Amino acid sequence: MAVTSLFEQLEPLLPRVAKPVQYVGGELNATVKDWDAAAVRWALMYPDAYEVGLPNQGIMILYEVLNEQPDVLAERTYAVWPDLEALMRQHRVPQFTVESHRPVGAFDLLGVSFATELGYTNLLTALDLAGIPLSARARTEDHPLVIAGGHAAFNPEPIAEFLDAAALGDGEQVVLEITGVVRDWKAHGCPGGRRELLGRLAALDGVYLPGCYDVSYRPDGQIAEVVRNTDRVPQRVAKRTTMDLDEWPYPKQPLVPIAESVHERMSVEIFRGCTRGCRFCQAGMITRPVRERSARGIGQMVERGLAASGFTEVGLLSLSSADHSEIREITKGLADRYEGSGTGLSLPSTRVDAFNIDLANEISRNGRRSGLTFAPEGGSERIRQVINKMVSEEDLIRTVSTAFGAGWRQVKLYFMCGLPTETDEDVLQIAQLAHRVIRAGRQASGSKDIRCTISIGAFVPKPHTPFQWAAQEHPDVVDQRLRKLRTEINSDRKIGRNVGMRYHDGKPALIEGLLSRGDRRLGRVIERVWREGGRFDGWSEHFRYERWVAACAAELAPQGVSLEWFTTRERTRDEVLPWDHLDSGLDKDWLWDDWQDALVGREQDDCRWTPCFDCGVCPSMGTDIQVGDTQVEPSGRHLLPLRPVGQ
Amino acid sequence: MSLHPSAAPVCRVRLRYAKRGKLRFASHRDVARAFERAVRRAGLPMAYSQGYSPHPKVSWVGAAPTGAASEAEYAEIQLVEHVDPEVVRAALDAALPDGLAVLEGVLASPGGLAERIEASAWRIEVHGLGSEQLRQAAHLLLAAPTLYVERVTKDGRRSLDVRAAIVSLDIDASLDIDALEIECCPTALPVPDQPSRCGILKAVVRQVSPAVRPDDVLSALGAVAGLPSSVLVKAIRIAQGRLDDDGGLVDPLAADRVFARTALAPDRWAPGRLGPR
Repeated sequence: MAVTSLFEQLEPLLPRVAKPVQYVGGELNATVKDWDAAAVRWALMYPDAYEVGLPNQGIMILYEVLNEQPDVLAERTYAVWPDLEALMRQHRVPQFTVESHRPVGAFDLLGVSFATELGYTNLLTALDLAGIPLSARARTEDHPLVIAGGHAAFNPEPIAEFLDAAALGDGEQVVLEITGVVRDWKAHGCPGGRRELLGRLAALDGVYLPGCYDVSYRPDGQIAEVVRNTDRVPQRVAKRTTMDLDEWPYPKQPLVPIAESVHERMSVEIFRGCTRGCRFCQAGMITRPVRERSARGIGQMVERGLAASGFTEVGLLSLSSADHSEIREITKGLADRYEGSGTGLSLPSTRVDAFNIDLANEISRNGRRSGLTFAPEGGSERIRQVINKMVSEEDLIRTVSTAFGAGWRQVKLYFMCGLPTETDEDVLQIAQLAHRVIRAGRQASGSKDIRCTISIGAFVPKPHTPFQWAAQEHPDVVDQRLRKLRTEINSDRKIGRNVGMRYHDGKPALIEGLLSRGDRRLGRVIERVWREGGRFDGWSEHFRYERWVAACAAELAPQGVSLEWFTTRERTRDEVLPWDHLDSGLDKDWLWDDWQDALVGREQDDCRWTPCFDCGVCPSMGTDIQVGDTQVEPSGRHLLPLRPVGQ
Repeated sequence: MSLHPSAAPVCRVRLRYAKRGKLRFASHRDVARAFERAVRRAGLPMAYSQGYSPHPKVSWVGAAPTGAASEAEYAEIQLVEHVDPEVVRAALDAALPDGLAVLEGVLASPGGLAERIEASAWRIEVHGLGSEQLRQAAHLLLAAPTLYVERVTKDGRRSLDVRAAIVSLDIDASLDIDALEIECCPTALPVPDQPSRCGILKAVVRQVSPAVRPDDVLSALGAVAGLPSSVLVKAIRIAQGRLDDDGGLVDPLAADRVFARTALAPDRWAPGRLGPR
């Protein structure tokens, strides 16, 4: 099939839409390959706006890994905003890739990375614009295979109907294996059609084919069982784990967009996984075990990436960056090396203690000390024990005082509301904490001109975490608690005026919760919302709560369940969870025990510093946590994330 | 790569660059960001501003609007070492993404670059209108004493006198219209049921504030001649400069070229010191 560029059709539409540059590609380090010379062609999608999707590390890594293969072509596509979508429909322009403006429907594979479930409606827009049938069953050999990846793929059941496959866990290796299967199948004349291709993909570890499993339900609405309908697929699909990050130094050539994006910097992932065991954190649970990139490997990636991109800032990414066993050497080494070069360092997601203030001071050596971010997550000591965020109020105050004493002027604190067992009192203690921060800060800095901003998100229980059984709090309760909190903060005006409070309403979180822990019965809800105009649900200006509520009422009631059933209902130990047949490595009994510990506020140590507590990941991977061999200074058990902002 | 935050600039290089193809949809902010990254990748010994977040010293002159292509954009950069302007041009050109091309680099002579730019020459491809219709509309517009159109700017709705800004306006007579009608009309029509026609205008427009852009010229033509709504396909800035007595444009870098030939010996350059370090 001859595939030509759609740009001539798209070009006249672009002057009529907002920020047209996001649709034209032309990024530095983008790869454009000859269509006809490629044996396997991937379209990679991040189902959100270009400005959000472009910096996504997962897509960037796979894009480069695939394009390094001489006979593989990978291009990227993003969600188009409604203004362009309307024009594309009017002028019959299909979903396109940004490099060469090729129609997504002409590719062999469409890989979609889901960081959040709120991108599901955007998947349907892209499929529909691409001319790909929404239902996987309706697709033929002429349509791409639609494969989901990313964290949300650990429970892809709500979108199972729209997917041919999901890839669980790290993608670097499995994406090449999938490519190999498709290459081989095509080279032999596509024997057995699409069905045979899917059967061959089933043989790959980490590839889940929803269509090969049947789900039945009990009269009370719970899942009766999930059984495979072919013995070509395993009973449980285990995630993939890339063990040696130094062997995968991607992205080597970071994409640099012409358009402005949400992260104007290059990123180096310094380790994967996390052993802190915060019970709300899906990322920390599903990416175990910890695998560190070596200091040398990090240095090489920074050097190469800066030279290739011209970026002026490097982010050292991970789930808890100060936990890298060589973080002191790494930050000092990089700060020394790039001193005077106008290159900034940022260290997102780090913990809070004096050691971290040292790190923050180091990376801001010549910069403005504007603000630091800490994430205590819970307002009271008690609730922090429930969520296993091991930090005491004294630690926090000491850390904040050190920061203000070192010249930092603003502290941002992240919290969650609606946590399991939470009461009004737990949330109101956020106000006491903020007041203490201001008082301590004024004393340490000798200035009244300091700020504390508290930023609050509603808690969403996620699959593969100890809180997967928890009842999600209703948004009305969350909103009410936050109103009381605001009043409490302002009860002392002299201090309250230095405290800012930011929160979004809790309704999108309830829908995120619905989609996170939902099952296949939600497919109809998602499709109905989408047909009624649902797009960009992660954006408050596009999200419509009422549309979701109405769609749930219409589509779930006939199936004997409801929005509340999926969200605010606590699950029992024996309930079959929709993702039980997907193996993140965590032992379900361990998760349950950890959930029970949470309910009585019993903490769980970090296995990086303490003996193994049998979460199940390492044995199932045949591995162990991998940290550097430098003598680690366990700088204390009471640690918190920290992030310098405004760097 | 090293940066000289405290070093004083020792030379200024003026650049003419082009914004082409798909990158015509880049805004000026997008272009400026791309330049900042390119000077770092190219390893140019840029002068940097002082303060907490130093930026390379680049001055911009009247950037083309988002959506407009240009063969004649100008910028001036400040360096802390003497470098052959041609080496600067080539290094920057290689480091910029496709679609941004540095066409010329000259050492700055005394006098500001902005003062040498008074007007722009535009080539405006108009889809959906034939040459004859456009010619008549242009005639009517030129005959009008004033012609106001409205545009939404960042300061709200503004009324612009397009006629006052126009120096000259005609069908591009240097081009074979029949041939171009074929060339510039996409195979798939952007608007169904609209005749496949295309005319090309050449306009010289003064730089006024707020700027009169090619789409404003098109709106004015539509208003004065009662034309059916047409779609602007593409506008390309061909040249910028001061107006001469005949309504032509004087190349703003001409004075610098003369200055370079007379005032400086080539051995002051330090060639071959550039490139990624």
